[in-house]
Amino acid sequence: MSNTHTATAAGIRTSESYYLKEEHHPENGTMLGFWMYLMSDCLLFAMLFAAYGVLGRHYAAGPSGADLFDLKLVAVNTAFLLLSSITYGFAMLAMHSKRLGKTLFWLGITGIFGLAFLSLEIYEFVHLIHEGAGPQRSAFLTSFFALVGTHGLHVTFGTIWLVTLMFQLKKHGLVPENKRRMNCLSLFWHFLDVVWIGVFTFVYLMGTLV
Amino acid sequence: MPRLKLITIPGLFCALLLSGCNMVLLSPSGDIAVQQKDIMLISVWLMLIVIVPVMFLTLLFAWKYRSTNTEATYSPEWHHSTILELVIWSVPLIIIIALGAVTWVSTHSLDPYRPIERISEGRNIPMDAKPLVIEVVAMDWKWLFIYPEQNIALVNELAAPVDRPIEFRITSTTMMNSLYIPALAGQIYAMPGMQTQLHAVINKAGDYEGFSGNYSGAGFSHMRFRFHGVSEAEFAQWVEQNRKEGSDLTREAYLKLEQPSEREPVQRFAKVDANLFDAVLNRCVESNRMCIKDMVAIDRKGGMGESGTHNLASNAMIGRRIGLDLASQKTYVGTLCAPQAQADAKSKVL
Amino acid sequence: MSEHFDLSKMIFGRLSWEAIPYHEPILIFTFIGVILGGIVVVGALSYFKLWGPLWRNWITSIDHKKIGIMYMILGLVMFVRGFADALMMRGQQALSFGDNMGYLPPHHYDQVFTAHGVIMIFFFAMPIVTGLMNYIVPLQIGARDVSFPFLNNFSFWMTASGAALVMVSLFVGEFAKTGWLAYPPLSGIMQSPDVGVDYYIWALQIAGVGTLLSGVNLIVTIIKMRAPGMTMMKMPVFTWTALCTNILIVAAFPILTAVLAMLSCDRYLDTNFFTSDLGGSAMLYVNLIWIWGHPEVYILVLPVFGIFSEVVATFCKKRLFGYTSMVYATVVITILSYIVWLHHFFTMGAGASVNSFFGISTMIISIPTGAKLFNWLFTMYHGRIRFELPMVWTVGFMVTFVIGGMTGVMLAVPAADFVLHNSLFLIAHFHNVIIGGVVFGAFAAINYWFPKAFGFKLDYKWGLASFWFWFVGFWVAFTPLYVLGFMGVTRRMSHFDDPSLQIWFQIAAVGGLLVALGIACFFIQIGVSFMNRKKLADVTGDPWDGRTLEWSTSSPPPDYNFAFTPVVHEQDAWFDMKKNGFKRPTEGFIAIHMPKNTGAGFILAMISAAIGFALIWHMWLPVIVCFAALIAAVIIHTFNYNRDYHIPADEVVAVENERTRLLSSHV
Repeated sequence: MSNTHTATAAGIRTSESYYLKEEHHPENGTMLGFWMYLMSDCLLFAMLFAAYGVLGRHYAAGPSGADLFDLKLVAVNTAFLLLSSITYGFAMLAMHSKRLGKTLFWLGITGIFGLAFLSLEIYEFVHLIHEGAGPQRSAFLTSFFALVGTHGLHVTFGTIWLVTLMFQLKKHGLVPENKRRMNCLSLFWHFLDVVWIGVFTFVYLMGTLV
Repeated sequence: MPRLKLITIPGLFCALLLSGCNMVLLSPSGDIAVQQKDIMLISVWLMLIVIVPVMFLTLLFAWKYRSTNTEATYSPEWHHSTILELVIWSVPLIIIIALGAVTWVSTHSLDPYRPIERISEGRNIPMDAKPLVIEVVAMDWKWLFIYPEQNIALVNELAAPVDRPIEFRITSTTMMNSLYIPALAGQIYAMPGMQTQLHAVINKAGDYEGFSGNYSGAGFSHMRFRFHGVSEAEFAQWVEQNRKEGSDLTREAYLKLEQPSEREPVQRFAKVDANLFDAVLNRCVESNRMCIKDMVAIDRKGGMGESGTHNLASNAMIGRRIGLDLASQKTYVGTLCAPQAQADAKSKVL
Repeated sequence: MSEHFDLSKMIFGRLSWEAIPYHEPILIFTFIGVILGGIVVVGALSYFKLWGPLWRNWITSIDHKKIGIMYMILGLVMFVRGFADALMMRGQQALSFGDNMGYLPPHHYDQVFTAHGVIMIFFFAMPIVTGLMNYIVPLQIGARDVSFPFLNNFSFWMTASGAALVMVSLFVGEFAKTGWLAYPPLSGIMQSPDVGVDYYIWALQIAGVGTLLSGVNLIVTIIKMRAPGMTMMKMPVFTWTALCTNILIVAAFPILTAVLAMLSCDRYLDTNFFTSDLGGSAMLYVNLIWIWGHPEVYILVLPVFGIFSEVVATFCKKRLFGYTSMVYATVVITILSYIVWLHHFFTMGAGASVNSFFGISTMIISIPTGAKLFNWLFTMYHGRIRFELPMVWTVGFMVTFVIGGMTGVMLAVPAADFVLHNSLFLIAHFHNVIIGGVVFGAFAAINYWFPKAFGFKLDYKWGLASFWFWFVGFWVAFTPLYVLGFMGVTRRMSHFDDPSLQIWFQIAAVGGLLVALGIACFFIQIGVSFMNRKKLADVTGDPWDGRTLEWSTSSPPPDYNFAFTPVVHEQDAWFDMKKNGFKRPTEGFIAIHMPKNTGAGFILAMISAAIGFALIWHMWLPVIVCFAALIAAVIIHTFNYNRDYHIPADEVVAVENERTRLLSSHV
C-alpha cells in the first residue's frame, strides 16, 4: 500500500512480466450470467409478490381466496412441479454419467410433468374466469392472476426451452455447449419450483386457511 | 480572469431582478410556511459550510496547480493521507447529523396531519379555538371547497379568517393533484378514494394564489384559485354572500360538476348535500354504488363470496337520467339495498 | 371474441389515416425533414455501395468497441431530439402569458415535456453511459471483448428499437401526455385512452430488456474477464463504477419491467392494479416506479463519477487521491440508493417518521458523494494540471455539481420539500445534477476517449467554445428556474397568468439558446477535427499520457484489443508499465480466438419492435404472427453452434508490424 512498497517492487520488473505469451482463457461466465438473470427474474417476482401483498385482501366485495381456491387441485399441481424438479435432477445425473438416452428420457418426463402442471393451471384459470372471478373483478384477483400467470408463463417458456434442448442434445450429443445449457435450464427449472413454493404458501395456503 | 466577470455580471443582474419580484416561499404569510422557510434556510447555511470551501478550493487548486506554474509543488505519488480522509468523511458526517436532527424534529412538528400548536411565533392557540374545517375536492380541472360548518361550497375560491387554524381534508375525483397555497403552507397530494390532511393558519390578510402542484392532464395549467385571508367579520360577510348568491349543491349537481372542464369561473353554493364529501371520498355519490368504506368492511370479513362476484353496476343509467353525456362509462361495485341485505349476503356465503 | 370477425380490424387495429398528424405544421415539417434526410442517407449508402459494409461491419458486429460507438451515436441522435423538445418548452413558456397561448396547445405541450424526459433519460443518458462502459471497460481490464458478445449486440438493437418506437410516435399517433413516469390514474385507460401511453410502455419495455441484458453482460465481464493480476482493488475507478452501475441495473430494471407490465395489464385487460374503483391503489405504482427510478439516477451518475476520476488523475499527472475511499464511497452509494425512493413523494401523506427516515437516508448519500468530490480536489492538489478539454469539463462539473448537491439536500428535508416539491426549483435541481454531472461527464468522456476510438484528438478551440456555451448557457437557463421555484411556480405548465414571471422564462429561453450554441459547437468540433484528422492524429495510442490499460494499445485498438493479454501488478497498470520501461513485444504473435459476427440480435430486436408497434395499435393478428416469429427466431438462433473463429497469427503479425512501423516513424 505504501509508497516504499511500490518503489521497491517496481524496480525489478521486466517487460516480459507485463504480458502473457500464450492465449489467456478467462473462466466461462455463462453460469454467473445466468444467475444474474435469475436474480433479476427473482426481483420481478418479488414485485408481483409485493403487489399481491398490498392488494391480496382487496376483494372489492367479491370472492376471496377461501371462496375460490381448490386446494386439492393445487396440491396435485404442486406435486407435478416438484416431481418435475426431481426428474430434472435425474436427467442431470444421467448427463454427468454421459448417458444421452437416459438424459433424454428424464427430460421427456420432466416436460410431461411441466405440461401437466400447465394444463391444470389453465383449467383453474378458465374455471375462475367462467365463474366471473376473472382478473377484472377485484384487485385481489388482478394480483393473483398476475403472479400465478407470470409463473405459468415462465413454465411455458421453460417447457419450450426443454423441448428445444432435447432436439439439440439429439443432434449434437453431450457437447460442452449442451451441458452448459442443461445446467442453465436446471437452474431455471428449480428456480421456478422455489417461486412456486412461495406462491403455494403465500397465495393458496394462507389465502385459504385464514 | 474571464471567469470572474462571468459570475459578477449575471450576479448583479439577478440582484436587480430579485429586488423587484415576489419570492413567496421566502416571505410567506402563514406560520407553517414560515417555519418551512426557516428549515430551508437552516439547511442551506449548514451545507454552505462544505460547499463554499469546495468551490473555493476547486478554483484555487485549478489555478495554482496549472501545469504552466512550475513553481507549485508537484508530488505525483502522493495519494493517501489518513488525516485528510478522516476530515473529508467526518465533516460532512457531522453536518448531516446536525441536519438529520433538524429534519427529524421539523418533519414531526410540521407534519401536515398534525394539528398546529401555535398561531405564529410566540402566540399560542386560544384554548377554545376550533379549527375551521374545509373539505377539498380536486376535480378535472377545478377545485371544490366545502365548508361543512357553514354548509356552503365554492368552486375555485377559498377564504379563511386570519389567525384561525384551518384543517383541510383533501380528496380527488379522478386524477392525482396536489393542493398548494405557497403563502399558507406546503402542498399535499389529493388522490381519489383517499383522504389527505393539511393543518395550517394564515397570519396576514391578503389575496393569495392557490393551484394544483401535481400535473394532472390537459386542464392542469388553469387549475388555479384565489385564497383570501380575511378578518373574522369579513369572513362572516363572505359566507353570507355565498348563501345569498349560491345555488344548491345536490348530488345530481355534483355529478354534473364533476365532469371534466377547464378554466372554470368561481361558482358558489349556498347549501350542500349532507355528507357529500364523505360520499366523494368513498366514491359513492352515484346512488347505485357501494361506498369504499363499506367495501373495506366487507373485505375485512373475507369478501362477499361467490355471490358477490356479479354485484357490479355502471354509471351509464345515472348519466342518462341526469342528462349527462358521459365521457367514460365506469363499472364499479354495486350498492347493497340495505345494511340488512348486506348481512344476509354475507351469512348466505358463510 | 365479439359478434363478428373483422379481418381489417385484426390487422390494422385502431391504426388509421387519422393517426397521421396532418394538422400539426411543426410535425409535418419535421416529418418532411426526416424523409428528405432519410432519402439522402439511403441514397448515399446506395451510391457509395455501403450497405454491405454497414451490415457486415456494424449492424451485425459483436465487437464491443463498435457497439459502444453505435450506442454513442444513438445517444447523440436522441439527444438532438430531446433537446429540440427542451427548446420548444422554453419557447412555449417564454411566450405563453395572459392572452397569448403560445404556439403549443396543451395536448402537444404535454407530449413534448413527456417525450423530453423519457428521451433524455432512457435514450440519451442511458445509451451514452452504456456505450462508454461498453467501449472502455473491456479495454481497461485487458479483455478481448465482453463475456457475451452476441447478447451485447442484441442489447444495443433492443435499445435502438425502443428509441425507434418513440420516434415513430412523432408521426404516427402521439406520445404520452402523462409526464415521464406516467403516474396512474392519469396514465390509466380511462384518463388516457389514446396510444400515447402505449408507445411509452412498449418503448421502455423493449429498451429495458436491452438495458438489463447489457447490465448482466458487463457484470460478468468485469468479474470474470479481468487480466491476470488485476484484483478487485486494482481495477480502474471507472471499471469499479461501471460494476456498481450494472449491479444497480440488474437490481432495478426488473422492477420497471414489472410495474410497466402491471400498467399495461390495467390498460389492455382492464385489471385493477392501480384503479381505485375495484380495490387497486395508484400509490402502489408510485412506490414501485420510484424503487426503480431512484437507483436509475445513480445508474447514470456513477459511471460519470468514474469518468471524472480517470480524467482528474490523468490530467493532474498524479495518482488518484484516496482510491480506496473512492471505491467504498461508490459501493455505499450503490446500496443507499435503494432506501431513499420515498423522497420523491413526501407529499403523498406518509407519516412523519417514514418521511424522516427517507429524508435522512437521502442526506446520508451526500456524505460519500462529498468524499468523492474531496478526493478529486486532493488529486488536483500538488498536481500538474493540464487544462485539456476533459479537465475543463471536470472543473466545470465540480463547481456546478456542488450546487446541485446542495439543492438536492434541501429537497431531502421533508419540511422544505413540502414547499419545493414539483416546483421549478426541483426542475432546476435535477437538471443541475444531470446536466452538471451526466452531461458534463459525457462530454469529458467523449473528449477524453475520442482519440482512443478514432485515432485523432478533438479540436481544442471548438471544444472550449462548446464548454463555455454549455456552462454559461446552463446557468442562464436554470438560475431563473431556481428563482421561479422560490416564487411558487410549479412545473409542467403550458400557460401562465402572472405577467411578472415572464422575464424569468425569457432569460431561461436565452440560456436554452446558449446551450444550443454549445451543442452546435460540439458538432462543429467533431466536423473540424475530422477535416484536420491528419494534424490531430495520435499514433502512439496514448495521447494524454494515460494511466490505465486502454492507453497501452493502439488508437483505434485492433479487433482483438491486445495482441498479448496484459498482466497487471499495480493500480494504474499502464502507468506502472511505462514507469518500468515496458517495451512493446514485436514478435511471438499467436492466433487469437474471437467471437463471430451475427445478424441474429438485429433480427430479434426488429421483430420485437414490430410486436411493440402492433401491440400499441391493437393489431392482434400481427402481434400473434410476430410473436411466433420471435420464438422461432430465438430457437433457430440457438441451433447455431458455430459462433467463434481464430484470427490467424499472420494477420495479427501484419497488424502489429504496421503499428511498430507507425510508432518508430513518429518517435
